[in-house]
Amino acid sequence: MAAATDSAAGKAGFRAWLNKRLPVDEFMESQLIGYFAPKNFNLWYFFGSLALLVFVIQILSGIFLTMHYKPSELLAFDSVEYIMREVEGGWIIRYMHSTGASFFFIVVYLHMFRAMLYGSYRAPRELLWILGMLLYLALMAEAFMGYVLPWGNMSYWGAQVIVNLFGTIPVIGPGIVEWIRGDYGIADSTLNRFFALHVIAVPFAIAFLILMHLVALRQTGSNNPDGIEIKARLNADGKPVDGIPFHPYYTVKDVVGVGVFLIFFCGVIFFVPTFGGLFLEKPNFEPANYLSTPQHIAPVWYFTAFYAMLRAVPDQQMGALLMLLAIVVLFFLPWLDRSPVKSIRYKGWLSKFFLGAFVVSFIALSYLGLMPADGLYVILARIFTTVYFAFFILMPWYTSIEKTKPAPERVTYHG
Amino acid sequence: MSDESVGGSDAVDTSRRKFLTVATAATGAVGVGFTLVPFISSWKPSERARALGAPLEIDISKLEPGQMITQSWRKQPIYVVRRTPEAVAALAKVEPSLKDPKSESSEQPKYAQNQMRSIKPEVLVLYAACTHLGCLPKQYFTQADPAMGADWPGGFFCPCHGSRFDLAGRVFNGSPASANLRVPPHSFESDSMLVIGVDAAAQGAG
Amino acid sequence: MVKSLHRSFVAAALLAVLAVGIAAPVRAAESGPHAAWMDWQPGNDIGNVASLQRGASHFMGYCAGCHSLKYVRYSRVAEDLNIPEAQMEKLLLLPGTKKGDYITTPLSAADAEAWFGKAPPDLSLITRSKGSDYVYQFMKTFYAAPSRPTGVDNLALPGTAMPHVLSALQGVQEAKFKVVEKTVDGAKVTEKIWESFEAGEPGQLSAEEYDAFLRDTVNFLEYAGEPSKAKRLSMGVWVILFLLVFTLFAYLLKQEYWKDVK
Repeated sequence: MAAATDSAAGKAGFRAWLNKRLPVDEFMESQLIGYFAPKNFNLWYFFGSLALLVFVIQILSGIFLTMHYKPSELLAFDSVEYIMREVEGGWIIRYMHSTGASFFFIVVYLHMFRAMLYGSYRAPRELLWILGMLLYLALMAEAFMGYVLPWGNMSYWGAQVIVNLFGTIPVIGPGIVEWIRGDYGIADSTLNRFFALHVIAVPFAIAFLILMHLVALRQTGSNNPDGIEIKARLNADGKPVDGIPFHPYYTVKDVVGVGVFLIFFCGVIFFVPTFGGLFLEKPNFEPANYLSTPQHIAPVWYFTAFYAMLRAVPDQQMGALLMLLAIVVLFFLPWLDRSPVKSIRYKGWLSKFFLGAFVVSFIALSYLGLMPADGLYVILARIFTTVYFAFFILMPWYTSIEKTKPAPERVTYHG
Repeated sequence: MSDESVGGSDAVDTSRRKFLTVATAATGAVGVGFTLVPFISSWKPSERARALGAPLEIDISKLEPGQMITQSWRKQPIYVVRRTPEAVAALAKVEPSLKDPKSESSEQPKYAQNQMRSIKPEVLVLYAACTHLGCLPKQYFTQADPAMGADWPGGFFCPCHGSRFDLAGRVFNGSPASANLRVPPHSFESDSMLVIGVDAAAQGAG
Repeated sequence: MVKSLHRSFVAAALLAVLAVGIAAPVRAAESGPHAAWMDWQPGNDIGNVASLQRGASHFMGYCAGCHSLKYVRYSRVAEDLNIPEAQMEKLLLLPGTKKGDYITTPLSAADAEAWFGKAPPDLSLITRSKGSDYVYQFMKTFYAAPSRPTGVDNLALPGTAMPHVLSALQGVQEAKFKVVEKTVDGAKVTEKIWESFEAGEPGQLSAEEYDAFLRDTVNFLEYAGEPSKAKRLSMGVWVILFLLVFTLFAYLLKQEYWKDVK
């Protein structure tokens, strides 16, 4: 008994010692326990923490891949097979990383869609949204350069096509393309610099942006499915009445999300790592060959929506511009939405219709980008591209004229 | 609706909470443990490393008495010496001036823990690295080599810190090295075919 | 209202996933009319070690003369396929190779170019880049074409430079085509559409035996494409079971804590 008390005192002593030097308890108290999140989060609110989890998985598996991978035109492809076959446990690490890339986009897309559903981009969270969009851009760059590294034939031709997009920039385009490649074609120099960017530069940028994204979130507080500010109604202690401490309530809830997520994630890693050629494409099991283009060349599924837009336009320059616009327009979302309410729950049917049309068009474009660019596919791509842009361009109009329902005073929660 | 979202009248079942917290945390820790396995094992010598480190066959039929060849096995230099009968005879005489004449605190396979430190009296196989700090000792096989003194029985001299070894790789008193040169696992497939990396015992020889 | 809205989004997402799932195989398929042989499948079973062993010996006997498996070591094959060392040396090792070596071919690239016009590809990843079905179909659809230098042509890869190496086993079958006239963009073209195979010069094996022979060989090639596959699948079951337990605990914990939330 006495011994137990002693050890408890020792623990407290250490804790006090530590906290005097590092504000561990203060951080926990202010950032997790003292951070009040709305109590009415639903399924859509899992994807932020899951995105962070995938980021950690990618960093970890990536570091270990780097230990065996060789960023050289002559050795890259062989070194990936070396990892898959000769390094003990190498295949698990590689499949983690390749599956993680696709899952990163899955959770990020769902996370972004959540923001669109409940108006999480609206004031005061414009900067939070923009930081998120910057993260998305960085993730795209990271994924693209990572895709080049295995130096399969799709890697090679994917790099060729994407890098050539910069060639559509007037006047300086061709010079820029050569500068990016460091050679007259996609070559060893390109691979080597993409490797450096993929393993160090862009991950740093992503980590920094994640930190900024979280700091901004901490400042504004989370939005919620009702799209109302819980800070507007405080109790005697100055805490939001509809808020609950992030820890333990959302930490234990997120752990459930992690469990379910990992079941899907490991299901893919162990049972369908190529996912029918969507996550790992068949032509990428052939080494890069600058004399032979794969029959259907398309980027990985997470880029195909934009790729379909590029091909929908007969003019190369305009296509590239349109593709760029499709991403840029997302940045302006906070100012395009003029609705008096944030959440789709209280918006009118026009908003619901357009958001639905947007989702359908994004998925349809993603599908069309995987298809050959001919006949009906191109026509469909043009229609859906129009729908995609209509969602944004018409937003100031339909959000301001439609009849909305009044947002509730308190969040909707049926405990 | 109340003004408090958390806490309240219902009694909290703390023991159930504690149990579930421990159960989830423990399962999670086991999961993290499993996840670490591929990462940790990816540092082990890969199949390529193991294939390159496969047993090395050395044809010693052309190795004359008094000659030495250096081979590389698993990124380590190996000395193979065919000793002259005089050199073998000298091994017994130097024992009083050795640190570890019986190789009791030195590294060698069981079948090489003898006076010659070898399977066959004339064929000596050693890891070349000096047991002091890893330099490669030079060969001074001539008895009474003027550079080594009149009572020099023939052996190795490490240029880095002056450790001296006899022709069985045993270290002399007064050397900074404290153990005899190490003997790698080896065996003879035939009289002329030496195999580094396969123990003699495993073949029933030695 | 809110619930139904959510449901329709989820339904749309599921539909999209389904569409993409259907699209993937379509994308892989060759253009042109669909023929029966395109559906032939070897039905690989990577867990059937006996089949893999037969496949390995078929590969060494019939394929390794020209095709390498440059990422696969003999010793790994022996280990994974439970082939004892003594037997491996007899059955698998080509003259002058060691058990730790990669399975390379004695045919030099220069000779190959001179003889076939094209170096035979390495087959380590053929089932991953083209699919097992393709390899199976390719090996089944050689047919007599006296006008070609090899005397045969192939449905899966028309104009292939590869001779019918297994003709002694399969024999050389005759292909029956239907000639169709079509107008494409205003120009008349004739198209040969395959209808069936007919027995030609007989081989040592019956049709069923030849099929079994191919199945084993393709099974082995699938193994060679991903040696860890069998392990991956068996390990996966345990991983998922473990995660279910973890998720169950986490769920109960969450329910317990969320009793507080009103």
